[in-house]
Amino acid sequence: MLRTVFNLLKGTMVLILLLSPATSFGQYEYIDINKPFLRKIPMAIPEFSRLSEAGTDPPPLKQATEILTSALEFTGYFNMLDSGAFLLEPGKPIITADQINFKNWTTIGAELLVTGGLSQNGSLIDLELRLFDTFTGKRIVGKRYHGKVNDMRRIILRFCTEVIMQLTGQRGVFDSRIALVSNGSGNKELFLCEFDGSKPVQFTRHNSISMFPAWSSDGKWIAYTSYVNNKPDILIRSINGKEKAVISEKGINIAPAWVPGQFTLSATLSFSGNQEIYLLTGAGKIIKKITNSWASDLSPSWSPDGKKMAFVSNRTGAPQIYIQDVNSGREERLTFEGNYNTQPNWSPTGDRIAYSSMTGGQNNIIVIELKRREPVQLTQDAGNNESPSWSPDGSLIVFSSTREGPSRIHVMTAFGTDQRRLLTLPGDQSSPSWSPNLSPK
Amino acid sequence: MRRKLWILLALFLVLPGLLGTVSCAKKTITKEEPAPAPAPAPAPPPPPPPADDSAERALEAAKNQFQSENVYFAFDKSALDDIAQATLKGKAEFLKANPDIYFTIEGHTDERGTNEYNLALGDRRADSAKSFLIDLGVAAYRISTVSYGEERPVCMEQTEECWAKNRRAQFVIN
Repeated sequence: MLRTVFNLLKGTMVLILLLSPATSFGQYEYIDINKPFLRKIPMAIPEFSRLSEAGTDPPPLKQATEILTSALEFTGYFNMLDSGAFLLEPGKPIITADQINFKNWTTIGAELLVTGGLSQNGSLIDLELRLFDTFTGKRIVGKRYHGKVNDMRRIILRFCTEVIMQLTGQRGVFDSRIALVSNGSGNKELFLCEFDGSKPVQFTRHNSISMFPAWSSDGKWIAYTSYVNNKPDILIRSINGKEKAVISEKGINIAPAWVPGQFTLSATLSFSGNQEIYLLTGAGKIIKKITNSWASDLSPSWSPDGKKMAFVSNRTGAPQIYIQDVNSGREERLTFEGNYNTQPNWSPTGDRIAYSSMTGGQNNIIVIELKRREPVQLTQDAGNNESPSWSPDGSLIVFSSTREGPSRIHVMTAFGTDQRRLLTLPGDQSSPSWSPNLSPK
Repeated sequence: MRRKLWILLALFLVLPGLLGTVSCAKKTITKEEPAPAPAPAPAPPPPPPPADDSAERALEAAKNQFQSENVYFAFDKSALDDIAQATLKGKAEFLKANPDIYFTIEGHTDERGTNEYNLALGDRRADSAKSFLIDLGVAAYRISTVSYGEERPVCMEQTEECWAKNRRAQFVIN
């Protein structure tokens, strides 16, 4: 992954045609970050035009337009207007501001407009992408790229990151991947796919049971539980598959969770006779025991500042979620509604936790804000919904759902809107885990 | 891994046949002697081959019963009820009579609930059975445990009956 990005950088010249952000952004907010999905911004993306500069080959205009539209639509922030409504003069390119009649766009309700110009010369492409505010006619983002046609998707996603950065102040999710479990081969194995479910690749080939993938905070390692040794051990593998470490204590070694910013992880081990959460190095050595109760303590998830840990304990007789302040060791109970609350996942924004709650044999995804402590149920009457995992910017949640019959990976916004299936593989998929931002810093 | 799977499968195929011959399984437990007890009696020294055969077959039958009889649990619990304890007592007697047998207790759950929690629950169930056997005099070093959580169900229907069958501790001779 790093190698191809480096090659992309070698082959890319980026000219920044950006206006100073203060002028266009300071006027008013495009996306209210507190209620980002309350109103989707109407956006229009007409099909890319051929750049007037010399290009020997017909450029893949439709494909490029589709990549851009899908990626921006995936964020949930925009309402993509139907191209059938666009007022366009056939044959005329629409790339730069002087080629645009903004009234044609405000008339049909578009508030944002993205134009693209593309040309291809053999295996190289030139791409210009611009984001406009249709009401003021101002250009919010403008970029010019030169690179290999095979890197076109990656280039367009870089532009999408710029768009979301300008509109929300966050990088968005385009640089991230999702790890998941699928049993299509007859055994549960780990797979990795892009943020939007595309390009799934198989990550493990143990021919036994592999589960609970967890990304390290630099995105270079995945820890997971596997029965390669005929018992549940934790394996730690680098993304390029090269190095390994194994945590193979007696009993169960499950549910690893990396501590943010460190090469350490926590996991539940039961070799002492009691199921407790331990802190371990990324190389698999035990540092210390973090929980200390006669009951079972499982499924740790860390706050983004690494100071607190959410976990599951059945000390009251049924599984509930608790939070431990790791410095003081003080523990407090978080969930009081329902009597089976598990799988906590702390949002990277730090202020809320998603988890799954089982009532009447069915699991649903709940989000609880840490200030007001009121649980909000995001799924309902849609089969079993489990294993929530937040996107690196906290705007989306990936989870598994049996609403269509077989267990599939679904995605929704942080507020439960736009629930849809992410991808389909043979067999059943489960246990999704969203990576951190993987772009080189 | 695969070999063990085949052995397990083979055992499960042998089981129905044996149940036909050893029909007094439940009664056997309360007697605390495996059914083939009568077998050695009518085998006097003179014809050696038949005596060896029946003793071997007796042991095989006892082993198969040991491995085919599960211990069952209530939902979300790892406690042993009276039936479970009686089953374990029977197993303890078999184990004390055959001290060279080492085995693994597998803990399983039904499919409700989450995979992590069920892996932990299966672990507690296996440990629960192990502790009880140790208390009955079986040496701890003979007993391994492993949890499969909800990963190895014996049936897939979403019914109370199937769920009850999956909430089990299974015994596998090493």
